[in-house]
Amino acid sequence: MIALEGVTLSYGEKRVLEDFSLVIPPHGVTVLSGPSGCGKTTLLRLLAGLEKPEQGRVVGVTPRQTVLLFQEDRLIPGRTVLEQLTDVLPPERRDEAARWLELAELTGEEHTLPRQLSGGMSRRLAFVRALALGGELYLLDEPFTGIDLPRRKRLMQALRQLDAPVLLVSHEPEVADMAERVLRLDGPPLQVCGP
Amino acid sequence: MRSTTFPDKLLKGTAALVFWLAVWQFGAWQVGRELFLPAPLSVLCRLMQLAQTGEFWLTAGLSLGRVLLGMVWGTALGCVLAVLTASSRWLDAILSPAVRVVRATPVASFILLVFLWTQRDQVPVIIAALMVLPVVWGNVTRGIRECDPKLLEMARMYRFSGWKTVRLIVLPSVRPYFLSALTTSMGLAWKSGVAAEALVWPKWAIGTQIYNTKLYLETADLFAWTLVVILLSLMLERLITALIRRAEGGSEP
Repeated sequence: MIALEGVTLSYGEKRVLEDFSLVIPPHGVTVLSGPSGCGKTTLLRLLAGLEKPEQGRVVGVTPRQTVLLFQEDRLIPGRTVLEQLTDVLPPERRDEAARWLELAELTGEEHTLPRQLSGGMSRRLAFVRALALGGELYLLDEPFTGIDLPRRKRLMQALRQLDAPVLLVSHEPEVADMAERVLRLDGPPLQVCGP
Repeated sequence: MRSTTFPDKLLKGTAALVFWLAVWQFGAWQVGRELFLPAPLSVLCRLMQLAQTGEFWLTAGLSLGRVLLGMVWGTALGCVLAVLTASSRWLDAILSPAVRVVRATPVASFILLVFLWTQRDQVPVIIAALMVLPVVWGNVTRGIRECDPKLLEMARMYRFSGWKTVRLIVLPSVRPYFLSALTTSMGLAWKSGVAAEALVWPKWAIGTQIYNTKLYLETADLFAWTLVVILLSLMLERLITALIRRAEGGSEP
């Protein structure tokens, strides 16, 4: 069971989480929705081990077992589309890159640099790079920004097929409609308002 | 922005060269004495005469070797110190003042001090290295610090090894700062290396030749040797730029 237990975290004077607990559903896609600045991204960063709680703990998962798709694409400027993928794949899995490129509809763009990609293409590349990495908990921060609806559906389908829980931050109702469950959040400090 | 073609650049370069040669020739006419300002043709003739001797090539070659060696040492040490400075606040606190002192100390003081401690032939090498070191150190430290923290965080999150992070994220960030340091410090290495030679007189050295021109009032020789330094410096700059371009084009980032 992956969970946060009594977690408290502040940024300076601002308390983002206070004695916050949450059990992550073991399978399927859970959408986290809520107003900007309520603490959704902080929640993902805590689960990814990028933030250390002042109190409480994360159980059931280590940072090395999580995959975080950042809110920004964070592609490496000098690396081609193909290299962005092979950089995260171990040598024995490098031949998977073509499959991930196909999912992102970037086949034929293998040698393109990030600066030559559109916003949507960059986002799709960042998306499949995170998935290619593989893990036991997927944390996706606004993964569909700039991606059109038919492609969102295709990518969401790929998320559903993962054999690990997915937490996905999104403001868009159509994304929530495609998920197994939705957690409505409010804050700060972060709290669950309802499913 | 307008792009400049090769013939266009060549034309502009030639025009600038002709203009400044004309200014020099005009000045020489006005002064009227070779002792104070020799004409361009006199300097060129003297240079041709010098170039026909074996000593000229030995002198130029050894000076070039000393400056190059100094640059290599200065660059290597500058890079090592930059990595140490950027990696630890304590090391930064210890190293930064020392490198700043090196930067601020007059080159003449260093030349005389180093001359007391080492052999004549080694002084220009050490002085060139000491002039290159702070420039490389400052730029490389800045390059490391300017590394995008979001990319570094991504590298950590996506389980990049330390070497992969350095190769894919840190080195590309440092590269423009490093190249800028190389081109800036090359001029410094030449100036300080030749100045050291002129003060400590190694047997075969451009600086020693320049010093001798003062003793014998051979102004045309002074100009000729200075021209040699300028030409060697330009050649070295071209060579380094070409090597860097080749390395960038031929290897994975």
